[in-house]
Amino acid sequence: MQPLLKVDGVTLQYRVGEKLVTATYRVSFDVLKSDRFVLLGPSGCGKSTLLKAVGGYHAPAEGRIVLNGKAVSGPGPDRIFVFQEFDQLLPWKTVTENIVFALTASGKLARVQALERAASYVEKVNLTEFAHAYPHTLSGGMKQRAAIARAMAMEPDILLMDEPFAALDALTRVRMQEELLQLWEDTKFTVLFVTHSIPEAIRVGNRIALLSPHPGQLKAEVNSPTDEARVQELLFGGAHA
Amino acid sequence: MPERPEIFHDIAPRTDVVAQPLSTWQRIYASAAARKAVLLVVLALVWEVYARRLNNPLLFPSFSSTVSALFESLSSGEIPRAAGYTLLLLIKGYSAGLLLAGLLTALAAATRWGSDLLEILTSMFNPLPSIALLPLALIWFGLGDGSIIFVLVHAVVWVVALNTFAGFRAVSPTLRMVGQNYGLSRPGYIARILIPGAFPSILTGLKVGWAFCWRTLIAAELVFGVSSGSGGLGWFIFERKNQLLIPDVFAGLLTVIVFGLLVENLIFGTIERRTVRRWGMQN
Repeated sequence: MQPLLKVDGVTLQYRVGEKLVTATYRVSFDVLKSDRFVLLGPSGCGKSTLLKAVGGYHAPAEGRIVLNGKAVSGPGPDRIFVFQEFDQLLPWKTVTENIVFALTASGKLARVQALERAASYVEKVNLTEFAHAYPHTLSGGMKQRAAIARAMAMEPDILLMDEPFAALDALTRVRMQEELLQLWEDTKFTVLFVTHSIPEAIRVGNRIALLSPHPGQLKAEVNSPTDEARVQELLFGGAHA
Repeated sequence: MPERPEIFHDIAPRTDVVAQPLSTWQRIYASAAARKAVLLVVLALVWEVYARRLNNPLLFPSFSSTVSALFESLSSGEIPRAAGYTLLLLIKGYSAGLLLAGLLTALAAATRWGSDLLEILTSMFNPLPSIALLPLALIWFGLGDGSIIFVLVHAVVWVVALNTFAGFRAVSPTLRMVGQNYGLSRPGYIARILIPGAFPSILTGLKVGWAFCWRTLIAAELVFGVSSGSGGLGWFIFERKNQLLIPDVFAGLLTVIVFGLLVENLIFGTIERRTVRRWGMQN
């Protein structure tokens, strides 16, 4: 099967003052269609930078990122980001209008069709009651649901999720993970998911890439479900093949 | 430790207690307009009491005599005519200033040279009092509205441009990335992400710019009002002082103040409620 996303020997560097810091070093992996591919690693392993590079916000110093046979060269609506921050929703637009904005700004749909699709995705994430609420009136979990609805309504080739549940309380977090899996059962979207939580990686992913820090290098790729002890051993244990 | 039984409750859903309406008194107390009205009444009372105790209408007329002078000038049509004249000049100067500020900020948002230019120009001209340019303007543009509009533009443009640009810079990186993610063009990005994202500080710029504009205009009229043919409010105040009609002077000043209050509370207040407050970007 042809991979949907090919990350091929990617080295990412960024400047901090006078120094050039290497975030990831020659990382390669393939994401297939309908994968729930998780990048897991401790902070400093460059997983978020890697995701931003796939998003097109950061050009690799070495290697290539190829989506659907085309090299990624900048941000675009074929890869939609869901950020960790709650302020990713436009505060001057309601939940519905945020989704409509995404669909019309990208030229994907005209306003009338956009409204229809927005309504259906608002329903999918159980926000119908808050469809016309402004983001600041929502709780953290609802904001993330709205952001996920906005991203999914775009029906992108791949969803890029950067620790979307990290700022939520533990109870909400577990519920959101379940909801995400239900949505996946519905539409079988492809997602590249970054997290530093081993249980979250195991719950959410069907394939987990384990990264080591300073600089970020790929240690292993395992299939999920798997057990936490094994992932921990692979991440922090000694010499594993 | 004694053995304790586990406890279970049957809870009926009570949506009625989640959100309850406020009482009338709570609502009045929560309204800024009501609180401000009370303060205004108190200030007017203090004025009245002080003026009566001073008992020197030539130095400090009482609130009631000022108000009656105001009504006289209002009904004689003098203040409406002067205020109308001043207001027209204000609108011309303010809108020209906003236009120029918009151009400068667009340039600054587009290129690095533009932002350097804006920074240099604002640091040079923002501290310069506009009224100090009036003598020069009179030489350049002659004795007419042109010179006054020139100083008004100067009063508005720097503070509006500075605030707008500072607001652009303060738009969160996440929102910027969202804008790029959905493939907005450069003008679309400015119009749909930067301007609404920076709206709290744009609004501050508009308010400060309006205040600068208004006070510069009154000052310019006070000093050179007669030069531009018919006089505005500033000229009205100046003339009445020469005739020692002090209650009229106070009435003129009161008109200036009332205009300030109206614009601040009605126009800007409404904009604020409908935008930044509604969006939760300002409390």
